[in-house]
Amino acid sequence: MRTEVSIRAGTQGAFRRYVFSTDHKTIGIQYFILSLFSVFVAMALSWIMRVHVAWNSARIPGLQHLSAAGAPGGVPTPEYYLSLLTLHGTIMIFFVLTVAPQSAFGNYFLPLQIGAEETAFPVLNMLSFWMTALALVVLLATLFVSDGPPQSGWTAYPPLSGVGIDAGTGLGRGQDLWLVAIGIFCVASLIGSINFIVTLMDMRCQGMSLMRLPLTCWAWFVTAVLTLLSFGVLLAAVILLLLDRNAGTSFFLPSGLLVSGKLEEHAGGSPLLWQHLFWFFGHPEVYIAILPGFGIVSHIVSCSSRKPILGYKVVVGCMLAIGFLSFIVWGHHMFVSGMSPFSGFLFSIPTIVISLPATITTLLWIGTLWGGKLQLTTAMMFCLGFISTFVTGGLTGVMLAHPAVDAYLHATYFVVAHLHMVMGVSAIFGIFAATYFWFPKMFGRMLNERLGLLHFWLTFIGVYCTFMPMHVLGMAGNPRRYAMLTDDFLLPLIPLHRFITIAALATGAVQFIFLFNLVWSLFRGQSASVNPWNGTSLEWVACSRASACNFQESPVVRHAAYDYGETNAGRDFVLQSDPESVQLR
Amino acid sequence: MRLSSGKPFAFLLALLALASVALFLSKQWLPVTASQHAAILDQQLHWTLLDSAVLFVSAQLLLAVLIWTSQIDGKNTRKTPPRAITASVWLATAFIALEIFTAATLGRSAWAAMYTQDVNPDTVRVQALGQQFAFYFRYPGADGKFGPIHVSKIDPSIGNYFGLDPLHDAAARDDISSATLVLPVGRPVEIMLLAQDVIHGFYIREMRIQQDMVPGMEIPVRFTPTRIGKYEIACSQLCGLGHYRMRAFLQVVPEQDFQAWLRTHAH
Repeated sequence: MRTEVSIRAGTQGAFRRYVFSTDHKTIGIQYFILSLFSVFVAMALSWIMRVHVAWNSARIPGLQHLSAAGAPGGVPTPEYYLSLLTLHGTIMIFFVLTVAPQSAFGNYFLPLQIGAEETAFPVLNMLSFWMTALALVVLLATLFVSDGPPQSGWTAYPPLSGVGIDAGTGLGRGQDLWLVAIGIFCVASLIGSINFIVTLMDMRCQGMSLMRLPLTCWAWFVTAVLTLLSFGVLLAAVILLLLDRNAGTSFFLPSGLLVSGKLEEHAGGSPLLWQHLFWFFGHPEVYIAILPGFGIVSHIVSCSSRKPILGYKVVVGCMLAIGFLSFIVWGHHMFVSGMSPFSGFLFSIPTIVISLPATITTLLWIGTLWGGKLQLTTAMMFCLGFISTFVTGGLTGVMLAHPAVDAYLHATYFVVAHLHMVMGVSAIFGIFAATYFWFPKMFGRMLNERLGLLHFWLTFIGVYCTFMPMHVLGMAGNPRRYAMLTDDFLLPLIPLHRFITIAALATGAVQFIFLFNLVWSLFRGQSASVNPWNGTSLEWVACSRASACNFQESPVVRHAAYDYGETNAGRDFVLQSDPESVQLR
Repeated sequence: MRLSSGKPFAFLLALLALASVALFLSKQWLPVTASQHAAILDQQLHWTLLDSAVLFVSAQLLLAVLIWTSQIDGKNTRKTPPRAITASVWLATAFIALEIFTAATLGRSAWAAMYTQDVNPDTVRVQALGQQFAFYFRYPGADGKFGPIHVSKIDPSIGNYFGLDPLHDAAARDDISSATLVLPVGRPVEIMLLAQDVIHGFYIREMRIQQDMVPGMEIPVRFTPTRIGKYEIACSQLCGLGHYRMRAFLQVVPEQDFQAWLRTHAH
């Protein structure tokens, strides 16, 4: 422990302090910056896709310089469209939705909220970050390999992803690099999750019983368990697919494949095996992205309503139930895959049931708001936006849980709308809420609230304009992942696509307000007080970031996590570390 | 200043809820139905959509009302009575029970209508083959048997999409291959889906049919066309650069036209 403190105190050089740091707060910020970079890259890719779908001969300025072959004259080819789609999905799912809510905020705040001086394995933590960064570099390197970036989507179904260059450009070296990148990411995530679990179990300060943990900690804990149990399976799948591609094995490739007139030398593999392994990871992954948002929304809604969260234990139970159920629903991605139709309902019923804990949690948030003294800060507005969009995206999820309904809507824009509403909007709103809420703690300055509210309003309207119309496109039977709409059936839908594109570009442009706010506030923002939102949890009694340790002395917790309301101490909250004498009235 | 954003936001939530409903109702978004099971599938889709719409609008309006009526600074907060927790659990359970009931009744029938239809002697049997980036179809001919597939003989340039060897295989001699799917109206159909290279998707909107075509597997889809017309068969599974333009057409014709078509294409 002493050596760690000395490292943070700066006795080691700036290199150890800011680059290869073992301090969880620095690592949290590193993850935050990595995901911030990633989200803007992936968003830019989606703009190109949206413009191309809506105006398929439009030239994207400068795109030909990124890839002369992929976008001659700035117009993306169909194969380059698929590459953009693959990278957009991969970067967003892995490097934004997995990294920001869990690795970034979890790293920074889990130890602070449990009153710990460090995480359990600081060096592994550093390793985890740098492996994630390496994975991102490997993934982005696919943009520059000679045969182009991968094109098999973020789900990389074999045989398309397994037979190599025969099935299309980008499925050669680009696909190999994609698999390597995901493999590295898996290892990094596994290491990170072990660190989170042990830290939460072993490093809680005196008095911090499990039922006094802030709900964010519960969310990060459940997420870490999901990560530990699911990423290992993806890692195995990725290695097997790499072997199929490069070592002549046939885990996922059946015999008799005739690809571009060439008979492949594979026999005995099952393409569906990949889908089972992938979605065994893939569905928990959805909750890995959203559960930290549950924690953050619970945390902020309680604070900004100035009321205890309604049904703390029920929320904890719901998160545990979601975590458990998320492992038995993966087959709902495979209703039309060729899996036995008799297993349809085996996956359908748990999928419907998993919305039970999600619905209860949502109702408890709404119940917490009731009669509250709402502080409509930007963070709180994003939480309210989270609740609104989570209801919207969640309800379409229940629809898609019905196998027969899915059989029509599967692989259409309805699914695109659903997954973006939940993962692309709700989960991101959770990240925004966390950023506005915790920025003062992380950087000692407040984010500008006026810009923040502007950012919220425009984003909230923008995402509904972008994703709501996608539902009806799906109902009309518009398949997803089409580079262009060229047939008579889909041509009438182009005006709606253009509306969506304009909304998406506008919403994207609004994100630069956020970026500007971040940079401006970092240097010019109003100085933050120790506890700017009058919160109860330990991150608000921790030392400022500049000091050598997390806590002057190890805190002792004597109160529950969300004691908001009139107290005998003349304020409307009880810090978890307050003396016994401070009580709610 | 801060609280001033409450009421406009509540108003916006209500507006969004209503605008979304209006968008769904603005047009008959679903394509026409042209198969027997399509009606029950649409019925289930409409029921679940209605369930979702009611909950969607209620939740957004509830959120809007709470924000609209939220207190001004200075007053005390009101405790939410603990029975609200129980109420939340029951409300959620009721919603889930309704969904499971829908799944167990309408959903089960719709799914069964798609996957467990019997094959009887009257059933028209067809094979469909997906390859980058086209669909091909074949009929077994008068003998009712599909000739075996020899992958090495597949050659679309001479029309041998299925790798038939009529010289050696008697069953293959009367097989009819086609790039268009022609089916008679009113008779049950079983299409056996095959794929040659990568996974493709067999999606006929008006028939309410979507099924992946997986290499190494033979996956049947069964339906009964009920409406004469020309329908697009679209690829619904990412299959490579030509995915967006991979399509074929289904022509549903009267029985006598179907027989005539078979005769003109017979060898």
